[in-house]
Amino acid sequence: MRFPSEASGAAWFFLAPALLLIGVFFFLPVAASLLLSVTDFDIYAVASSENTRFVGLENYARLLRTPLFWSSLQNTFYFALVGGPLTIAVSLGAALLLDAKLVRWKSFFRTIYFTPFVTTLVAVAIVWRYLYHTRYGLLNYGLEALGVPPVDWLGDPRWAMPSIILMAVWKNFGYNMLIFIAGLQSIPDELYDAANVDGAGPVRQFFNVTLPMLRPTLLFVGVITMIGYFQLFAEPYVMTQGGPLRSTTSVVLLMYEEGFRWWRMGFAAAIAFVLFLVILGFTLVQFRIQRER
Amino acid sequence: MGREGEVVAQLIPDFEREHPGVHVRVQQIPWTAAHEKLLTAFVGEATPDIAMLGNTWVPEFVALDALEPLDSLVRQSTSIAQEDFFPGSWSTNVVDGRAYGVPWYVDTRVLFYRSDLLKAAGYDSVPTTWPEWRESMVRIKARMGAGQYPILVPTSEWPPPVVLGLQTGAPLLRDNGLYANFSDPRFQRAFDFYLGWFRDGLAPKVSGAEVSNLYQEFERGNIAMYISGPWQIGEFTRRLPAAAQGTWMTAPLPGPDGPGVSMAGGASLAIFRGSQRKRDAWKLAEYLSRPDVQLRFYALTGDLPSNRAAWNDTTLAGNRYARAFRMQLDRMVPLPQVPEWEQIATKVFEYGEQAIRGRLTVDATLAALDRDVNGLLEKRRWMAQRAAGMSSRSGQ
Repeated sequence: MRFPSEASGAAWFFLAPALLLIGVFFFLPVAASLLLSVTDFDIYAVASSENTRFVGLENYARLLRTPLFWSSLQNTFYFALVGGPLTIAVSLGAALLLDAKLVRWKSFFRTIYFTPFVTTLVAVAIVWRYLYHTRYGLLNYGLEALGVPPVDWLGDPRWAMPSIILMAVWKNFGYNMLIFIAGLQSIPDELYDAANVDGAGPVRQFFNVTLPMLRPTLLFVGVITMIGYFQLFAEPYVMTQGGPLRSTTSVVLLMYEEGFRWWRMGFAAAIAFVLFLVILGFTLVQFRIQRER
Repeated sequence: MGREGEVVAQLIPDFEREHPGVHVRVQQIPWTAAHEKLLTAFVGEATPDIAMLGNTWVPEFVALDALEPLDSLVRQSTSIAQEDFFPGSWSTNVVDGRAYGVPWYVDTRVLFYRSDLLKAAGYDSVPTTWPEWRESMVRIKARMGAGQYPILVPTSEWPPPVVLGLQTGAPLLRDNGLYANFSDPRFQRAFDFYLGWFRDGLAPKVSGAEVSNLYQEFERGNIAMYISGPWQIGEFTRRLPAAAQGTWMTAPLPGPDGPGVSMAGGASLAIFRGSQRKRDAWKLAEYLSRPDVQLRFYALTGDLPSNRAAWNDTTLAGNRYARAFRMQLDRMVPLPQVPEWEQIATKVFEYGEQAIRGRLTVDATLAALDRDVNGLLEKRRWMAQRAAGMSSRSGQ
């Protein structure tokens, strides 16, 4: 397709502000951090730029040799692969409940379920830290009533990540739920009528009508949730500082520590790019799976 | 920072009364975020006039050229002199012969112990040499049941192995902090002594996170000794029940052949180079260093005064738990003064843990530690080499 030249000139004119903003606030920083990742920019470089060296891919090579990187990658996968599907399942469940014809006060419940999502994460994390408290926490209070010995939710390396996942699921399912409700409402009623006539029960209706019709919504929700979950940061930063025994150190938390605690910016930029590649890979895989179905 | 940041505000009104026209705004940051916040402030050219710095941070901020040298201010001062402070503590603020901070409060490590258990094993006080110290642990162990240990040294803590190393006189880094020196026979001896506690069942192989309640373990006699710092005096007093109060004591650390040194920790007051009000900031440093103000600060926080004169006051001289600290403060040495120290310390306990769990031999552990730490110091060596190259070129 070809446009007359005046038209394309006008198009550029109208696009210019947006392009400029994206260029300055997105592409420029990305390019700068890519450049940073092939240097050894660190605390000494902050003092004087002469103290910066070009190191090629050394940061990347060193990253792959760092055991902590692999364990933080493992933690991130644990969080994303357990927490992601769990969030989607819970939000789909909630959406189905709220979409059911028998339920009353729908908008009330919708608001209630959506509230955690719009609450500041740090505030939520601090409240949950109280809930998880070994001695004074509500959770252990409940366990005690059932006769179960108290669990050190955030202090035990085995329980810390499940605790964070539980909180993240509770915090995030409301958003996905709204999208699922919209998806459910766009499924024509005739399909269910036809399924009824064919004698399909609620379970078969769900698997043969609802799920296939929701596929685009599922893809969207899946991709967005996964991208978000791979960037796990604030939850462990506020609740556990990456501990105990590094069991909740995520890749982004590691990047933050390297960058802003030890001030090794070059190395931290390399971590950022590796994480970008991981997320990109995962998103492509998700697209592929959805297309094959 | 932390609790200190909260209570220092109570000391400010008197300062402002003494210095009309000077107004102090205290900004309080939690310890966990303080380091990042100060670095970002430096990059953003928004540093405070005066700040409290953990004294291991001083070399880093000096490397950034962020701090004002205080030598001439100290020389001209009518209220502060270098001799007022503990030498070990003062030297943590000196980088390349210039002072960049004034010690505000001091922190060092001593031994907390169950005096009754030691007595039952035949000791009136903690022995002062390594061999006798170890012997006392063996005797205590002989009277203990399963799951009870003479000493607790959490494997996730770096100070115990580092302090033992310092006691042998081994420099942890050599050549002006350019190379690691953990394979030094002296450090090796200390490290082996440390590992021996775990090897011989004198100390449990647990990390800090696995010790659920230190005070309870102490009270029950599951542990007889514990190496820690001044804040524990308050904790032990508060947390041990009244019945257990007469049973614990503090003692200066034993050394290889007699009373040993400990590390010089604590916090300093430093003035930032970017400050427009250095004179006023210095007045505040002088005020906070005064013995009477330091004693008020001690009463508020439990932080031990850096000014020696403050220790003559009855509140401290009469505190029997503080006595061991007073003795230890005269035997303190600074930790290596390189910006990389905190990362190096992390490596020390990570490798220590491997050796304790028997995954690496002593030689292999120290060789690996040297290799990793040398890796961290690579940038320092490159900069030193370049500086040497430049000076030889300009000399021609």
